[in-house]
Formats: sequence, structure tokens, C-alpha cells
Amino acid sequence: MILAGLILIPAVGGLLAWFTERFNPARPKFAALAAMAAELLAAVYLAAFRSGSARFVVPWIPRFGITIHLYCDGLSLVLVLLTAFLGLAAVASAWTEINERTGFFYFNLLLTLSGVTGVFLSLDLFLFYFFWEVMILPMYFLIALWGHENRVYASCKFFLFTQVSGLLMLVAILALYFLHGQNTGHYTFDYIQLLKTPLSHSAAMLIMSGFLIAFVVKLPSVPFHSWLPDAHTEAPTAGSVVLAGLLLKTGAYGILRFVLPLFASAVRHFAPIAMALGVVSILYGALLAFGQRDLKRMIAYTSVSHMGFVLLGAFAGSRLALYGVVMQILCHGISTGALFILVGGLRERLHTRELDSMGGLWSAMPRLGASLMLFAMASLGLPGLGNFIGEFLVLLGVFQVSPFWAVLASLGFVTSCVYSVWIVQRTIHGPNTRGWNPPDLSGRETVVMAAMSVLILWLGLFPRPVFTAVSPFVENLRQKPQSSAPAPESGRTTGVSRAVRGRTP
Amino acid sequence: MTAALSSISPLICLGAAAVLVMLLVALRRAYTGMAALTLVGLGAAFSTLPLMVDSNPHRLFFLMLNGYTAFYAGLLILASAACVAFTFSYLKEFERNREEFFILMLLATLGATVLAAADHFATFFLGFELLSVSLYSLTAFPSMTQGHIEAAVKYLVPASVSSAFLLFGMALIYAWSGEMSISRIGHELRAAHIHADYQWMVAGLAMIVVAMGFKLALAPFHLWTPDVYQGAPAPVTAFIATVSKGAVVAMLLRLFTPAEIQTGSTLFWVFGFMAALSMIAGNLLALFQENVKRILAYSSIAHSGYILVAFLAGGARAIEAVSFYLITYFLATLGSFGVVSALSTPGMERENLDDYRGLARQNPFLAAVFTLMVLSLAGLPLTAGFIGKFYLTLAGVGAALWPLVIILALTSAMGLYYYLRILVALFVLAPSGGDRRPKPPLSFSNAFVLTLLAVLLFWIGVMPAPVLNLVRAMVG
Repeated sequence: MILAGLILIPAVGGLLAWFTERFNPARPKFAALAAMAAELLAAVYLAAFRSGSARFVVPWIPRFGITIHLYCDGLSLVLVLLTAFLGLAAVASAWTEINERTGFFYFNLLLTLSGVTGVFLSLDLFLFYFFWEVMILPMYFLIALWGHENRVYASCKFFLFTQVSGLLMLVAILALYFLHGQNTGHYTFDYIQLLKTPLSHSAAMLIMSGFLIAFVVKLPSVPFHSWLPDAHTEAPTAGSVVLAGLLLKTGAYGILRFVLPLFASAVRHFAPIAMALGVVSILYGALLAFGQRDLKRMIAYTSVSHMGFVLLGAFAGSRLALYGVVMQILCHGISTGALFILVGGLRERLHTRELDSMGGLWSAMPRLGASLMLFAMASLGLPGLGNFIGEFLVLLGVFQVSPFWAVLASLGFVTSCVYSVWIVQRTIHGPNTRGWNPPDLSGRETVVMAAMSVLILWLGLFPRPVFTAVSPFVENLRQKPQSSAPAPESGRTTGVSRAVRGRTP
Repeated sequence: MTAALSSISPLICLGAAAVLVMLLVALRRAYTGMAALTLVGLGAAFSTLPLMVDSNPHRLFFLMLNGYTAFYAGLLILASAACVAFTFSYLKEFERNREEFFILMLLATLGATVLAAADHFATFFLGFELLSVSLYSLTAFPSMTQGHIEAAVKYLVPASVSSAFLLFGMALIYAWSGEMSISRIGHELRAAHIHADYQWMVAGLAMIVVAMGFKLALAPFHLWTPDVYQGAPAPVTAFIATVSKGAVVAMLLRLFTPAEIQTGSTLFWVFGFMAALSMIAGNLLALFQENVKRILAYSSIAHSGYILVAFLAGGARAIEAVSFYLITYFLATLGSFGVVSALSTPGMERENLDDYRGLARQNPFLAAVFTLMVLSLAGLPLTAGFIGKFYLTLAGVGAALWPLVIILALTSAMGLYYYLRILVALFVLAPSGGDRRPKPPLSFSNAFVLTLLAVLLFWIGVMPAPVLNLVRAMVG
């Protein structure tokens, strides 16, 4: 029941926000804030008192064997917590930025969050696809209606990329449905049932590629990344936060939850290509980030680079890499979300996102400068902050499987240093040539930044709760006989992973 | 005999209502009264549908009377009731004779219902012609602008040619098989390829397919569609897009389902080609339109293509999928043309995309309904169209029609672009300063019908199980 609540709270809150606009255009943001606060409370309650696991099953369309099957394990739980937290931050970040059609804005924002939560909780493939689609359209509206100069182009590109790939996933889901039905005589979209579908190699490859294309576009990985910089650059701040912090993560979640368990043997065959794509994303994304003059666009390209680690780690398949992937998902969500909020704040004050026109802002805005510094360092992978754990574990895990890719991917640490330091140096340091003297972070922004800083620091110093939460999922994935990838070092990994789980600061 | 008559009472009700309105108009012109009488006639026809389901025998007066027919008849009657309601407000300010509009609508509905029930070439042609002839007049009826006449001529000429094709096709098939009964011809078709002189049958069928393809606005017989949809009065456009199309789909399924079209057969290639071409042409050409009615026209071409994909899947699942899809398509199409019609008058159709800019501010109710309808046409979740498109894809994948399913997925994603253009236009701020046209006040009948359609659309999108069961029980 609480799971259905988690999905409904933002949706109902969104409707409420839309409705309150009739009375006062300043009211919707309070409704939205209240809804997201309730959402966060519900998620924390689930984590604290229900030990994070819950299930909700109701028949929906019996004709096709579709049920509303919601399930929350550790993996879903940490992602739902992230959703609620970033949702709250996104609402707060839009506080002064959005003054037009506020009701409809918050409705779209909260509906996206509702869809994202649904994606993280669904264990019925039709339901999953349903939420997958639900989150796209409101995001389109966020970009198309409240975006910047080139918003129509960017929003259409975003929509077409995600929609085409989503429909291909639908075809793959249906193919799996029929294969399972023909084999067992029992037609169902239930994930648990479909896990048992015996697949021939070619069928598995084809169906997997249908799923994978949807997830890789969302992630995004090179060569499907070109929608991301456009969408990010044009989106309003709250849209960017949700896009980078959550929507990209649904792609990563899809790979972990669906691709790896459903198509274990096909994954093993495809792993070299996927890992290569991951490494190319890491390096190429960083390379493109170097060339950007628009701060938002630059951060968007760094996302491509960081999400490359997710693809690399997920397909490496070793235990360490999987733990690293989950950490990376969480920490990148927070750090990039924070960076986008900061850039949004800069834009609101300076009315520009051009790196060249910034500089020397620290003296005017020490609080903003410090936050920017912190999250740039997180993005760089500074030990002590969460992102370091994520990327380091991925590299360690990949090294066990393929030292070659690990060595190449570790170059990503160098490149991320370059662009992160670059961001800091060109915005808050150096001479203040334009004579900027904007106001520093307001109380509201300071609170948001403080919360995010605490969280990223906590994840960096004390990551064990996350590992404990997701360990059943990871162990399950590893126990499937087909998926226990390269066997030789299995004994060794157990030891290392025990070390990981036993790690305390 | 009375039992026989009672089982076709829906048709009798429609015919009687048309005659009654005609006689009463000769006595006194009472616009509201005639509209009410028309709705009563349609309501009477709808409420007697159960008699049709229980009919014994099933074949009567060259008509097939069973659950399948009753389902389609009900759908057509309800759709035309919605069109009558839209017409009522649309013609309210119209100064010339307007009661005849309802007579023609009743006759067109009668034709569509006969077509959906036809089990014989005679009734097939009768229904087809009754529908077409009424539609020519309806298209030209207000004749306020050049557009109406132009649209009527553009509809008249190809439609008469298609009728001629239909008749000739029927003659060829009769010459070959000596059969005029639809159900028996269907079975003949299955066995046809073993005969040596099969080509007569093929030629006859080809001609019938052309005629039906024309009515369904399937590419390559779609060229009339955008012009007629644009030029016809908005409620008539709604009628053409739903009732006329739905009746032909009912016929298509009845004629070809027993034939059990096999993958790779000639008929399969013909329909597969038309489906692919319609999906591609409809979605591609809609991208370049600036006129809402034309966008919806191209979208309806694409939707006919989607329907054919499920139709080709064959078997019971195909009939269910197509029938369910038609419900969702009817709801969304009626709703979107209903909004256009609510904003238009005979002399001044509000049809350019620019006319819709800022509608969300101007009239939030219409904008919300329109949004929901367009989302459903685009097949996005929380609307009936999502479930409908899902069912079509399911049928296509189930029959392993991979190329068509992939085309469906790709083109419908492409199609989203033009649906989104409409939505964005609704929600952007209206161009400031420009002279805003006075908006016609939203009449009660329009508000009622549009609310009903929107609620149904949302309800089916969230809880499709009851409707799926209904469709299964009726047509299965």
C-alpha cells in the first residue's frame, strides 16, 4: 500500500498544485513542496520501519496477464530515496525561477517524479513500460514551455530519442511475453515469471537489444548521447536536476533490474561491446566537455562521461563493479543535481551561462563558490566524497574482468580532473573582468546545498548502508548460474566484497 | 415476421426518425426540437440493440444480426449522436435551413449501420451508397465558403469512382463464384487459390479493396482526405473520420476474417503494403501541416494503417484488437474534432495552428480536453489510446509481423512530433497585441459530450479491463 502511495503522492500533489493556481499563482510551489516532503517522509519511513521491503499486487488487466505488481527491495529503495530527495531539491530550485503558469509547471514536475518512482518500483513489465512513458511527456513540457532560447528543438529531440527507443523496448517486451506464453501456456507480464523464460541465443540477443536500446539512450551512452546536451542546456533548472539526477538513472536501473537478470547469457556475449561503449562514453564525453563554453552544456557532457562508468560496471558483472555502479548512480545524481542547481542560480543572477564571461565570483558569493567547489571536487572523484567510491569500485571490479578496459577507463579520472578544476577556476577564481557583484546564495538555496553536501559527504565516508541495502540484489544477480561471468577469481571477489561490506571509515 | 422485424428494429428506428424529421420539417421548422428528435431516434436505435444480439435466425434480409453487428452498430450510433450534439451548437447561429442536416446525418448513420450489418453484396452496396450520398450533401451543406463546395466535389468524384469500382468488383466475384453472400465468399476465398481461374476473383477483390481503401483513407487512396477533412464542416469531418470509417472496418473484418489471410499470400502483400504506406505517408505528411484539421486528417490516415496491422494478425485476437482500438480511436477523434467544432462556426472555422495558441489561457476546459484527446491519438499513457496501441502491437507481435510492427513503432514515434506541436501551441502564451477573435461561448451540449468523452478516455486508459471484456463478449 505504501508503495502505491509513493507513486500517488507526487501525482496527487501535482494535481493539487495545478488546482491551487486558480486562487493564487504563488500557491502551487507550496503544494508541490508539501507533496515532495510527504514523499520523502514516506520513503524514509519505508526504509526505517519496514526494513525497506514491501510488495503490492493487484490485478489490473487480467485479459493480458497484467498486474499492478510493485516491489521494493534495497536497490529500489535507495533509488526511491534519491527520487524523493532530488524531487524536493528540484521543487526548491524552481522557487523563484518559475513565475509563469506555475501550476502547470509543478504538475509536470511532480508527474515526472511520480513516473520515475513508478519505474523504480514496478515488477510488471507492462507497468514498467507504462511508467517509463509517463515520465517522458511531462519532462517534454518542462523543457518545451519553460526552457531557454532553443527549447522547441531540444525538447523534440529529447522526446523523439526516448520515444523511438521506448517503443522498440515495447516490441521487445511483447516478444518476451509471447515467447514465455508459448513455452508455458501462461501469458503474463510478471517479471518474476518472465525470469524463467528459456530463450534461444538469437532470440535473447534480439530481445535484449530492444531493451538495451531504450536504456542506453536514456543513460545516455555514446553514440546515443546527442539529445542530452541540448535538453540540458535548454531545460529550466528543476528540469535539469530531474533529468540528470533521475531520468538518466532510470536507464541505469533498467540495465541492472531487467537486462542483466533476464538475458544473462546474451549479456555475457554482448559485454565486450557494451564495455567498449562505456569506455568510449567516458573518454569521448570528457573530451566534448573540454570544448564547451556553456557551463550547463559542459556539465551535461560530464554526465555522459560519468554514466559511462555505469555501463562499463554493469556489464563487467563482477560484484565490486555492481556495488560501484549503484554508488555511482546515487552520487552522480546528487552531485550533478547540485551542480545544475548552482548553475541555475548563477544564471538567475548573471543572466548568462557562458564560462568566458564569468570569473572571480568567489569574493561576491563565497557560499555559492564553496558549494560549487565541493561538487566539482565530487565530480572529479575526490576521495572522501561519494563519487570516488562509485568510480573506484567500478574500476576495481572491471580490472578483475578485463584490465585493458580498466586501464583505459581510469584515464577518466584524469579527464574529470581537468574539466572539474576548469569549472572552478573559470567561474569562481580568476579576475572578475565584468565586475559582477551578485547576491550570494539565499537561505533557501543554502539549505538545499547544505543538505546535498552532507549527503555526498556521508556517502563518501560511510557508504555501508547502501551496500547493505543492495547486497541481496547484487548477490542474487551473481548467484544465477549463467551470469557468474569469468569464474577464476570468484573466490577472490568474495573476499574483496566482504572487505567492501565490512569497510568502515 | 414480427420477431424478424423486431430484430432489425435499430435500423427501423433510424429510418423512421429520418422520415419523421423530414415530415415535421415540412410542417414547422423547430431547430431544437428536430435536434432532440434526432437524438431520440438514435437513442431508440441504440436501446433496441439487444434485440439484434438475440436475433434468431442470425441471417435476415441479407443482414447478419449478432453480437458483432450490434457492437459496431452501437459504436456507430453513439458516435453519430456525438456528431449530432456537435452540430447542434455548430449551426446555432446559422441563418439558412439547417434542420435538413439532421435528416442527412440520420440517413448516413442508417447507411453505416446497414454496411456494418451487411451479409450480402446488395446490402453492402446499399449501405455504402446511402452513407456516401448523405456525406456528399453534408460536406457541402452550409455552403458558406468556397471550401465547403470544393471539399464536397473533391469527395464526390473519387467516392463515386470508388462506388463504381465496388460494383464492378462485386460483379466479377459473382461471375466467378456465383455467390453474393459475404460470409460464403469469405470461405470461398480461403479455398480460392486451388482454382485455375483465380484471377477473376483477384481482379474482383482488388476492386473491392480499392473502394474500401478509399473509404478508410488508406494510402495510396488517401489523397482526398486532407482536403475534405479541411473543407467539410467540423462535425461532418468528425463523422467522416469515425462513423464512415468504422462501418467500413466492420465490413473489412467480416469479409476477410473467414479468408484467413496467410502470411505471404497476395492479399497479405496488398494489405501489408497499404498498411506500411499509410503509416509512413500519414505520419510523414502530417509533419508539414499548419492546419489542425489537416494534421488530424493525416493522423487518421496513419491510424488506418495501424488498424490494418492488427487486422493482418488474423484470428480472434485481431478482431478484438481492432474493435477495441476503434473505440479508443473514436473517442479521441470525436473529442478532438468536437473541440475544433466547438470553436468554429460555418462561416469561420478555427483551424490554423496559430488559432490555437494560448487556448489554455483562453479556455482551460477545451484545452484540457484537447490535450487528452491528442495524447490518446498519440498513444501516450493514462489515455485509452495507450492501451489501444498496446493491443495493436500485441496482436502484431503475436502474429510475428515484424516489419509492420517495427514500422508502426518508428512511424508512431515520428508522429508524436506533430501531436506535440498542437499541444505546445495550446500551452504557449498567446501572441500579445494581436486581435483575438471573439470565442464562441461553450454550449452546454458540447461541454457535456466533451466531458463524457474525456472521462471515458481517461477511464479506459486507467481501467481498461471492463471494456476489454465487453469487446471480447460482443465480437469474440
